[in-house]
Amino acid sequence: MPAVAETLDTVQAATEGGYKWGFSTDIEMEMAPKGLNEDIIRLISARKNEPQWLLDWRLAAYAVWLKMTEPEWAMLNHPPIDYQDLHYYAAPKKKAGPKSLDEVDPELLRTYEKLGIPLRERAILAGVEGADGAPADGDRPQVAMDAVFDSVSVATTFKSTLAKAGVIFCPISEAVQEHPELVRKYLGSVVPTNDNYFAALNSAVFTDGSFVYIPKGVRCPMELSTYFRINARNTGQFERTLIIAEEGSFVSYLEGCTAPQRDENQLHAAVVELVAFDDAQIKYSTVQNWYPGDSEGKGGIYNFVTKRGHCRGARSKISWTQVETGSAITWKYPSCVLQGDDSVGEFYSVALTNNYQQADTGTKMIHIGKRTKSTIVSKGISAGHSNNTYRGLVRIDRRADGARNFTQCDSLLIGDQCGAHTVPYIESRNPTAKLEHEATTSKIAEDQLFYCRQRGLSEEDAVGLIVNGFCKDVLKELPMEFAVEAQKLLAISLEGSVG
Amino acid sequence: MLQINGLKASIDGKSILNGIDLTVPQGEVHAIMGPNGSGKSTLSYVLSGREGYEVDGGTATFGGQDILAMEPEERAAAGLFLAFQYPVELPGVNNANFLRTALNAQRRARGEAELDAVQFLKLARAEAKRLSMPDDMLKRNVNVGFSGGEKKRNEVLQMALLRPKLAILDETDSGLDIDALKIVADGVNALRGPTFSALVITHYQRLLDHIVPDRVHILAQGRIVKSGGPELAHALEAGGYAAFVPEAA
Ligand SMILES: Nc1ncnc2c1ncn2[C@@H]1O[C@H](COP(=O)(O)OP(=O)(O)OP(=O)(O)O)[C@@H](O)[C@H]1O
Ligand SMILES: [Mg+2]
Repeated sequence: MPAVAETLDTVQAATEGGYKWGFSTDIEMEMAPKGLNEDIIRLISARKNEPQWLLDWRLAAYAVWLKMTEPEWAMLNHPPIDYQDLHYYAAPKKKAGPKSLDEVDPELLRTYEKLGIPLRERAILAGVEGADGAPADGDRPQVAMDAVFDSVSVATTFKSTLAKAGVIFCPISEAVQEHPELVRKYLGSVVPTNDNYFAALNSAVFTDGSFVYIPKGVRCPMELSTYFRINARNTGQFERTLIIAEEGSFVSYLEGCTAPQRDENQLHAAVVELVAFDDAQIKYSTVQNWYPGDSEGKGGIYNFVTKRGHCRGARSKISWTQVETGSAITWKYPSCVLQGDDSVGEFYSVALTNNYQQADTGTKMIHIGKRTKSTIVSKGISAGHSNNTYRGLVRIDRRADGARNFTQCDSLLIGDQCGAHTVPYIESRNPTAKLEHEATTSKIAEDQLFYCRQRGLSEEDAVGLIVNGFCKDVLKELPMEFAVEAQKLLAISLEGSVG
Repeated sequence: MLQINGLKASIDGKSILNGIDLTVPQGEVHAIMGPNGSGKSTLSYVLSGREGYEVDGGTATFGGQDILAMEPEERAAAGLFLAFQYPVELPGVNNANFLRTALNAQRRARGEAELDAVQFLKLARAEAKRLSMPDDMLKRNVNVGFSGGEKKRNEVLQMALLRPKLAILDETDSGLDIDALKIVADGVNALRGPTFSALVITHYQRLLDHIVPDRVHILAQGRIVKSGGPELAHALEAGGYAAFVPEAA
């Protein structure tokens, strides 16, 4: 596996059954003309009122991208992407802020409603004037949400609470205006522009994403959450997320993805960069539920994501937790570079495939510092005719004395038409390293299903329960609200897989 | 009332039940005894609808409903409960959550209101206490790492919570110590009443000292070969199956 493209998901085709969140929104959009060239990049940069250094950075990335070729992935099977046939910029048309929800585009509100966003938050998201000044509901857990509605972040919530703590949580385009020194210092410092084809593309054309900065010693007072929506027809979405945790700080960031059902494949090439300094901790959780395409192979999302965390400081810690149920084909490898001595990397993953889905997921743990520690827990569930592969790399550098890795890969098969594969790569250049690997493959047993059904559960509920039990070690790493959502998602994704 | 007429069933083409006739009137507790391999568990699986058991003839109705035509979960919602001879482990599935999911599924199927987590936990704790089960059994994963006796007690806890109309207990007494046996018997006796019937499958008279049955049936080679009152179990205890099953060793 080359060191490029840490994460690579693509969607090609073929899953039956209803996609619960498959709907599309028809909102007046402002779009750039199709195609990619320097002028388009200048337009994006100008629209976002960016400083010269960032435009130069984008143009340099573009020049690098032009010289690169799209990686050829053995198992990747999708029609060639015509990069000139995409819009690289789309924004909901700006009007003066609506005075109340009645003035908000009903289509937009309906989208939020279907996403299950609470009413008050909908108002904030829709940019209703004054809506974000209201205090948070006392009885709800506080989740600050920065919604990326297509390319422009429509709104940011709970800003004042965060501001009091000194936390910066805003669209990255805003961070470019308000905190240019921070963005300039860290952007591309974990995933350089020339890292891989899609990272270079993202660097050239990224339109928005989230920026998080946690100052020294601060424990972020709430979970930070972003809902990504890919909504405009033929608009590639190039998000850029940058999270910086200063010495001794802590942040938990949640990323949830749903996308509307549509006919054309959509390109998604995000870059996520995490930086943790001495004693800092970043917990990054993802629930991914992208449309896997219909039974005829139409629709779905091409997803090429590079996710990488850099434990720069001593005793720092980065945890990736992901629940992947969507996409027709998924390639995804969030990774940790463990540079600080005693730093810790964790990867907890549930990947579920049904029907004809294929998943090739895993992680990379690069041990550089002394006594660095990594934990990998991967749960693969395959149903129908699907194929599920765990592919992971653990690399122990020559200097990484006393490094340790524990890897646990469990596969659960539902039915006898599906497959599960485990491909662990280990490169150890230090004899003091301790590496442990465990792998199991099991099936949902007939007696388990019968036991549940005898107690009154439907076959589908029984499968859902058993699968959630199988994934428990990963789900317990998710923040409470997300865990509940993930459990539902797993059950929904398995509908029709038995009987 | 459970009414079984001429029930025949096979597994993989092998005949196991060869014409069972059995009636358990509402409110009664009947015991089924019989040699190993005579078809007792098979009967319980056929009645509860396990896959792989082919019904070759006969009928079985419960409360007038043709239960053989129903899905296992529909039979459960209709009030049929099976305490398994070998309770099944569900790794990672929290016992309380499992029980609440099951109870609510049944309540939903019957058009009753579901219990929220707080209501359920209160109920479950009370029942667990009555069965002298420590609270932490509710927190543990279903049957995982439970001792043989704990598994059986967990079956009885489930029964107590689900409040079935017909309970089939398949050797629930096997592997229980004396105290546990009494607790389990108390659990069954507590449910006894005009709307509860039970089929108690056992090898031992000692359970029937605690759960005194209305009738005792001897199952051999897939047939009921003898029925009688509680005294039949005593006769078996004294003389073994030889008198009733000539071919039995
Ligand atoms: N899946 C199967 N395939 C083949 N034969 C089976 C299967 N299950 C049960 N049998 C056979 O059916 C017969 C009856 O089995 P069953 O489990 O009903 O007996 P039992 O009366 O419950 O015995 P015990 O007292 O030992 O529990 C046995 O001969 C057993 O070997
Ligand atoms: Mg048996």
